[in-house]
Amino acid sequence: MAHAEGQQHPIAIYLWVWGLLFVFSTFSYLVDYFNLEGMLRWSLILLFMIVKAGLIVAVFMHMRWERLALMFAILIPPVLVLVFVGLMTFEADYTVLTRGIFFAAGS
Amino acid sequence: MAQSALTNTAETPARPEGWQGIVADWTSDQRAFKNVPWGKAMMWIFLLSDTFIFSCFLLSYMTVRMSTTVPWPNPSEIFALEIGGEKIPLILIAIMTFILISSSGTMAMAVNFGYRHERVKSAVLMLATAVFGATFVGMQAFEWTKLIVDEGVRPWGNPFGAAQFGSTFFMITGFHGTHVSIGVIFLIIIARKVWRGDFDRARRGFFTSRKGNYEAVEIMGLYWHFVDLVWVFIFAVFYLW
Repeated sequence: MAHAEGQQHPIAIYLWVWGLLFVFSTFSYLVDYFNLEGMLRWSLILLFMIVKAGLIVAVFMHMRWERLALMFAILIPPVLVLVFVGLMTFEADYTVLTRGIFFAAGS
Repeated sequence: MAQSALTNTAETPARPEGWQGIVADWTSDQRAFKNVPWGKAMMWIFLLSDTFIFSCFLLSYMTVRMSTTVPWPNPSEIFALEIGGEKIPLILIAIMTFILISSSGTMAMAVNFGYRHERVKSAVLMLATAVFGATFVGMQAFEWTKLIVDEGVRPWGNPFGAAQFGSTFFMITGFHGTHVSIGVIFLIIIARKVWRGDFDRARRGFFTSRKGNYEAVEIMGLYWHFVDLVWVFIFAVFYLW
C-alpha cells in the first residue's frame, strides 16, 4: 500500500463476503423452492435477510471500521422503525377484523 | 476495536473508544464524525433518509397485505419462468439477486483499488458494476413487461387476487429500479473521472477538486451498496413472503 488513506482492507475479505452473500441468497431462494411453510419459512427468510444486510453494511459499506459515533447515528434510527412496524401490525389486524365483521358475511 | 489503524487518521491520535468515545465525539461543540470526510457523512445521512422512504413503502405493503380479505397472489408462481419446458419458481428474481450481489462485489473492489490509486482497475471494476446494474434494470423491464402485457397486472387490479398486489409491486420495485438507474448513470460519470485521472490531477469539476483524493469512489460505493441492501429487504419481504 503506497498510500495510507481511506478505507483499505485486503481484497480477500470482499471476496469472502461476496461468496457468503451468494450462499445466503441461495439458501433464501431454496426456502421458496422447497415450499417451506409457516414459522420455519418466516424465521429462515428473516434470518438470511438480516445476515445479508449485516454483511453488506458491515464490510462492503465499511461500517465495522467506522467510529461508534457514526455507527450509532446511522444504525439506531432504522431500528426504531420496528416501533412503526408494531403500530401498523395492530392497525392491519384491526382493519381485517372490521372487514371480517362487516363485509365477509355478505360477499 | 482496532479500527484506528485501518481508518484514515487526519485527526489527533488516541481519541477515547466505546461509550466514552460517543460522548467525547458528540459533546464540546465540535465535529461529530471524526475520520469521516463530510461527503461521506452526508451520503450516510442521505441513505438514512432513503431508508425511511423504503421503510414506509414496505410498511404500507405489509399493512395492505395483512388487512386484505382477498387472497394475495402467489409471487412464487407469478415470477416463475419456463426454462426448458419446466416451470422454475421465482427464478428470474433469484438471477436478479445474484446479479445485484455481484455488482456490489465489484464495487467494493473498485473502492479498494481507488484508494490504492490503481486508476484503470478501479474504473474497469466500476464499469463492470454499471454493466451489472444495467442488466438488472433490463431484467426488471422484462419482468414488468411480462406482468403488464402478458398477465394483465395493473396498479388497480390483477387476475390473481388482491388488487393491492399491483400497486405495491409497481411502487416498490419501480422506486428501487429508479435508484439502480440513477446509480448506473453516476457510476459511469465517476468511472470516467477515475479513468482520466481527474482525481490525481485535481481537474476542475464536480468532486475532483482535492488532489489525490478518491473519497468520491467510496461515496459512490456507499450509494450502490445501499441499492443492493434495499433489494435484500424487497427480495425477502415481497418475493419470499
